[in-house]
Amino acid sequence: MTEIKQNSKSMTQRFMPLIIFGLLVVLLGVGLTLNPRLVPSPLIGKPAPAFELPYLDQEGMFNSEDLKGKITLLNVWASWCYACRQEHEVVKQLAKSGMNIIGFNYKDKKQDALRWLAQLGNPYQVVVADENGRAAIDWGVYGAPETFLIDKQGIIRHKVIGPVSDQQNFDELMAVVKEISGQ
Amino acid sequence: MKKLFVTVALFLCVNAWAAPMETFEFESEAQEKTFRKLSDELRCLVCQNQSIADSNAGLAEDLRAEIYGMLQAGKNEEEIKEFMVDRYGDYVLYEPPFEPMTWLLWFGPMLIFIIGIFYARRFIAQQNASDVSDELSSEDIERIKSLQSELNFPDQNKNSENNDMKGDGK
Repeated sequence: MTEIKQNSKSMTQRFMPLIIFGLLVVLLGVGLTLNPRLVPSPLIGKPAPAFELPYLDQEGMFNSEDLKGKITLLNVWASWCYACRQEHEVVKQLAKSGMNIIGFNYKDKKQDALRWLAQLGNPYQVVVADENGRAAIDWGVYGAPETFLIDKQGIIRHKVIGPVSDQQNFDELMAVVKEISGQ
Repeated sequence: MKKLFVTVALFLCVNAWAAPMETFEFESEAQEKTFRKLSDELRCLVCQNQSIADSNAGLAEDLRAEIYGMLQAGKNEEEIKEFMVDRYGDYVLYEPPFEPMTWLLWFGPMLIFIIGIFYARRFIAQQNASDVSDELSSEDIERIKSLQSELNFPDQNKNSENNDMKGDGK
C-alpha cells in the first residue's frame, strides 16, 4: 500500500520537469509571437501635441490648431521609407473616400519629398515638413510610417505603427474611425 | 613597426566610430554627468537593444540633442525622463518604473527564489525523513526472519545487511 503511494508520488515528481518545461515553452512561445517593435503610444486619449511647421509644397506655416473640427489622419512619411511607398495606395484610397489626411514629412530632404509626391501622387490635404524631426519627438514618432487618428476635439484616438496597408492595421484603424464618426 | 602603427590606427578609428557622441559642450561636470547618465538609461526606440548613447540611429541623435538642449535650459534629470516617458511611454526607460503593472517584473525573480528555497528545504527534509524510517516495521522483521530461515542465513539484526538481503531475496 505504502509502496503504491510512493510510486505515484515519484510519478508526479518525475513529470514535474516536463510540466515546467511545457509551461516555459508556452510562455516563450507567446513572447516570440509578440512584436517588440510595437511600442504602445502613451499619447492615445491625449490632446494632439501642438506644432507649427512649414508647408512642404507652399509658403507659410501650418498650425496644429487647424486640426480641430474634423476627424483627421496624420500620416508620418518620408521618401527614404520603403514601407511608406507600400502603404501609399491605401492612403490615396482613404483620401478618395473623403478622409481628411495630413502628410507629415519626417526628416526628409525637400527635393526628395517633392519628387516622391510627384511620382506617386499626393493624397494629402496639406503636407508639413519636419526636417529636423523636432516636432516628431513631441508626437512620440520613432519611425515611418506611423499614422495618428485625431478626433474632432483634437484628441489622438489611435496610432498605427507601420503601414496602414497591412490588413490588421487597416481594420483596427477603421474600427476606431467608425466608433468616433458616430459621436 | 609600420604594420603595428597601422593596426593601432585602425583600432582607434573603429573605436571612434563605435561611440557616436557628438561634441557637446557642457557648463559643468555635473551637467555632463547627467547627460551621460540619461543617454545611457534611455532606450533607443529604433534599435531597441541599444541606449540612446550607443545608437547611431537618426532618432537617437535627435534625442541626444534634445536632452542636451533641455539640460542647457536648466531642466533636471527627472523632468527630462518625464518628458521622454510622456512621448514614448515607459518603454523608453531601461529600468521599468515601480507600479502595480510591473510588480511581477520586480518581485518575480525573488518569488521564484523563495519558491525554490521552499522546495529545496522540503526535499532535504524528505531525504532526512527517509533516512530515519530505516527502522523496519515488526511486519517486515517477521518477513525477513522467515526468509532468513528459509535460506538458512544466521539471524542478524543489522539494518543495512537486512536491507541488502531483502534486495537479494527478491
